[in-house]
Amino acid sequence: MRKIYLSVLGLYIGILSTHAQVSEAIKDSSGYQSRKIKLDEVNFVTAYYHQNGNNSAVTGGIGSENLTDFANTIDLQISKLTRNQHKNTFLFELGVDHYTSASSDKIDPSSISSASRSDTRVYPSLNWTRSNVQTGNSIGFTGSYSHEYDYQSVGAGFNLTRLSHNKNTQFDLKLQAYLDRWTVILPLELRPPVYGSGSDDDERPVDYRPRNSYSASFSISQVINTRLQVLITAEPSWQHGLLATKYQRVYFNADFAKGVGPNGNVYNERSENLPDNRYKLPVAVRVNYFLGDHYIIRTFYRYYIDNWGIQAHTAEIEIPVKLTSFISISPFYRYNNQKGTHYFAPYGQHNIDETYYTSDYDLSTLTSNFIGANFRIAPPKGVFGLRHLNTLEIRFGHYFQSTKLSSNIITLHLKFK
Amino acid sequence: MKIKFLFLWLFILSSNVLFISCSSVKQYQKNRLNDSEMDLSARKSQKFEQSFQLYREGASGTNGGKSGGGCGCN
Repeated sequence: MRKIYLSVLGLYIGILSTHAQVSEAIKDSSGYQSRKIKLDEVNFVTAYYHQNGNNSAVTGGIGSENLTDFANTIDLQISKLTRNQHKNTFLFELGVDHYTSASSDKIDPSSISSASRSDTRVYPSLNWTRSNVQTGNSIGFTGSYSHEYDYQSVGAGFNLTRLSHNKNTQFDLKLQAYLDRWTVILPLELRPPVYGSGSDDDERPVDYRPRNSYSASFSISQVINTRLQVLITAEPSWQHGLLATKYQRVYFNADFAKGVGPNGNVYNERSENLPDNRYKLPVAVRVNYFLGDHYIIRTFYRYYIDNWGIQAHTAEIEIPVKLTSFISISPFYRYNNQKGTHYFAPYGQHNIDETYYTSDYDLSTLTSNFIGANFRIAPPKGVFGLRHLNTLEIRFGHYFQSTKLSSNIITLHLKFK
Repeated sequence: MKIKFLFLWLFILSSNVLFISCSSVKQYQKNRLNDSEMDLSARKSQKFEQSFQLYREGASGTNGGKSGGGCGCN
């Protein structure tokens, strides 16, 4: 891991030592600017997601992964100029997701339809950024909260942006911390005799465990020429606490000794168990090129490694075709190749002497493909003649994995200005 | 292991060469670069795609999706 961190440090030293951009900044001499509070934009994003597969981790790597998710966010950005040409921008976002999951329903298979079959997640956040209008440099802070039936998360963040004089080079730093608390829900048959289900009407006690995540994102973007720009990002992160999902079952290839474990009647089954620490290092590059007058090539590549043994290569290409100056259609394709964690084994294949074990196929060796298209319309007089409806985007994608999991997602994005 | 580090150093070297070879572009020459399709970030309409990819795959980070917070365990 140390070698990788040194490599990333080398990358940034190399970039920061370049001196290609030395021209003077163009100063704005336009004069008066309003200092009233201004509503910059409102974004509404809604998506419907449906997946199916037969490797549910809740039932030990077998069983239905049927899941639907209806996700929505609205964000509102307001800003105000100060007398000394600083701009205060406030971004408020509220998200609400509602999902139904066949596998979560199997935490307690004796119930016809348990409370865990569906859940709603609500997550508000607020960011304040203060920027210098002349230089573009900025600094900001974020606070966030997320609530689910069995999971609460409180987050804090810091962001810093520095631009070169000619605004061709930009450096961004983002620090984030999430302090989460998880209600430990166990599969029905693995609950000790006095252990509760976690539901509101069950007064028996349950455990609560923390899961904290810390990340630092360093990115630098560079204008190469009038058609080409590049972004390089590294985002090391550390997670600590309960990283296993305790209601996910693992079945072993032999029986444990009689009476060992939380429930003496269960011999070849345990709750998922994974290390309490996870260090992740993704490094990515994004390259956008304007080809001719009608085509744009958007590319993304990421290399990922962590201390659980997962390594992944992710590549993405999207080609927006400008049908007119305000209508574009963008076919895209994403490919992901992942070497799984060494803690993974399929149903019934873990040895009983293993310390850490999971049958969650999300962590297994796999390849995935995602293909679809994005349609975007942003006419100068507003979409459908509605002056404030600045942009409408519709995006559809089909996803399929080598594990036989497949899914579809459709998203609608409306931007009001 | 050697191939992995060779790959990483090649990535760093090519990135540095790319940055060194860039030319100075004036504000008035940025009409193409300022096109919204040229944004060096994921689209807002990709937000939920990134969420499900984060949950269905082991890798995360660097593309604007969250790398912590929230369960995502369904």
